[in-house]
Amino acid sequence: MRNLLAAIGAELARNRTLLAGVVLLGIIIAVAILGPLLIDPSHAKVGATIPRSPPNGQHWLGTDGQGRDVFTALLLAMPQTLKIGLIAGLISLSVGVALGLIAGFSGGIVDTVIRLFSDVMMTIPGIAILVLVASNVREMTVELMAVIVACLSWMVATRTIRAQTLSLRERGYVQIARLNGSSELKLIFVEVLPNLLPFIASSFVIAVSNAMLATIGLEALGLGPQSELTLGMTIYWAQFYGAIVRGMWWWWGPPIILISLIFIGLMLASAGMDGFVNKRLRSD
Amino acid sequence: MYLGYVAKRFAIMLLVIFLAVSINFALPRMMPGDPIQAELSQVMASGSGSGDITAMVKSYQARFGLDQPVWHQYLAYWQQVFSLDLGYSLVNYPEKVNSAILNGLPWTLSLLGFATLISFSVGTILGGLIGWPRTPRFVANLGSGVVLLSSVPYFLIGMVLLYVFAIVLKWFPAGGGMPFGLNAGFNFETIRGVLWHGTLPALSIILAEIGAWAIGMRGMLVSVLGEDYISLAEAKGNRPGRILTRYGMRNALLPQMTRLALALGHIVSGAVLVEVIFSYPGIGFRLYQAIQTKDYFVLQGIILLLSVSIAIAMFVLDLIYPLIDPRITARGR
Repeated sequence: MRNLLAAIGAELARNRTLLAGVVLLGIIIAVAILGPLLIDPSHAKVGATIPRSPPNGQHWLGTDGQGRDVFTALLLAMPQTLKIGLIAGLISLSVGVALGLIAGFSGGIVDTVIRLFSDVMMTIPGIAILVLVASNVREMTVELMAVIVACLSWMVATRTIRAQTLSLRERGYVQIARLNGSSELKLIFVEVLPNLLPFIASSFVIAVSNAMLATIGLEALGLGPQSELTLGMTIYWAQFYGAIVRGMWWWWGPPIILISLIFIGLMLASAGMDGFVNKRLRSD
Repeated sequence: MYLGYVAKRFAIMLLVIFLAVSINFALPRMMPGDPIQAELSQVMASGSGSGDITAMVKSYQARFGLDQPVWHQYLAYWQQVFSLDLGYSLVNYPEKVNSAILNGLPWTLSLLGFATLISFSVGTILGGLIGWPRTPRFVANLGSGVVLLSSVPYFLIGMVLLYVFAIVLKWFPAGGGMPFGLNAGFNFETIRGVLWHGTLPALSIILAEIGAWAIGMRGMLVSVLGEDYISLAEAKGNRPGRILTRYGMRNALLPQMTRLALALGHIVSGAVLVEVIFSYPGIGFRLYQAIQTKDYFVLQGIILLLSVSIAIAMFVLDLIYPLIDPRITARGR
């Protein structure tokens, strides 16, 4: 464990892209966790303040068209949006790792079926199914949103993990363990899975990023959780009430900046990990 | 070899279309509640209708065949799909779903086609410059900035552009596909109006996409520049610019081309939200309106179009792949 931490530390010191991404994401997560503790959530209720006032001393980022304090609403929306991304990312990663390992290890008909299924799912446009499901659900919640998005984003992780499993299981040390009489399960969990960790980590970042992109897109279309505060829903309400045309930049500007920072952080982390993963490949 | 490959890809395409149609059929029926009942109650509540609601529900159910057994409805749905009759819009009755789609399609295709080609060209050249070690520092830095911009969702870029250029500066119109009240015709006025209205939507897609093309090109170029024939070209005394364009970028271009084909396949579903932000009269804006007004048949029709068009585009792409890159059939994918 200490070795692993030391390795991660050394990698961060060397890999500045990864470091920038991790620091940026760290700040965002810290704000999302601590922010809601420092504010009065009642200011984010509809009609809590005088609507449509520009930023001033009392309302740092002004108030929106329905009388919410924008600053308070954003601090409450951030953890919700990150939560959707995390849940969806975790679900799609778990499904991806499980299916990828099974496909890579068993081969034959199981592999063919899993690969065909993920190929087909990749071809059906995600947004189509998302729109159909979301427009038919009675009451959309943050959790349900995460599950729906996850159902449509496990394919990339499955492919990556399957390809890596195929190459790992033919390695010398796996062969030797197999000759020593290790069971298939032990091979998977002791020999293969630990070596997949870098790929799992980078798949996770990509999965979270894709899930959040899909979520915010759906929310902006008006298919998100109508009664909850998320960054995407803030964009939707701003768009719905014509905030841009009415010149209320403080309503839609700050959520755009926050969303952009999240995606830039995720991209930096992903790009940094890419260099790390590929370097391992080269040195092998 | 090639025939077997084509047959397999064709089977996958049929499977995808089959699944898409089935999902499109099944999902609304699996959900609780009766859309017709809900729709009619809403019409009643808004005061724009009159009459006996139960009788109307009955007659609508008969009209849409909803009083039949499910497998019967399923077959009827297929028949509908095959005869390209997607029914009527619930909200804009008697507009047909087909004509709603056909009205939007040219707008979406031209906006996305134009934006994709521009961002492909600019992004590819930019990626080539970033990946080339002799590129001046500030150009490379500028390139990295554009790449960062590409991680921001395109419709958010669209919102900022809309505010700056249409609301504050008033250089461009804030929405629509052409000037209000203009009679469309093939003349200078129309073309100018369409271009003027299309600039901001196109620009937001282009700004968001350039980075993705640049990253792909940079990656390929870096690996190509490590090849032996680049060293040979240098040893022969070629000028650096010639090495970059003739030897480097030319060879790095092939994967970019296949990705371009893929992007053109996704053209119909490409930029739903940009159309929403700019009220651009394409398929995406129509989809948004259908969601807002719960216009069921238009919603299903557009989604069916998206699924089928992508399935067909992927199939065509699979057909072209082996012709561009013979290794694919050789590996017997």
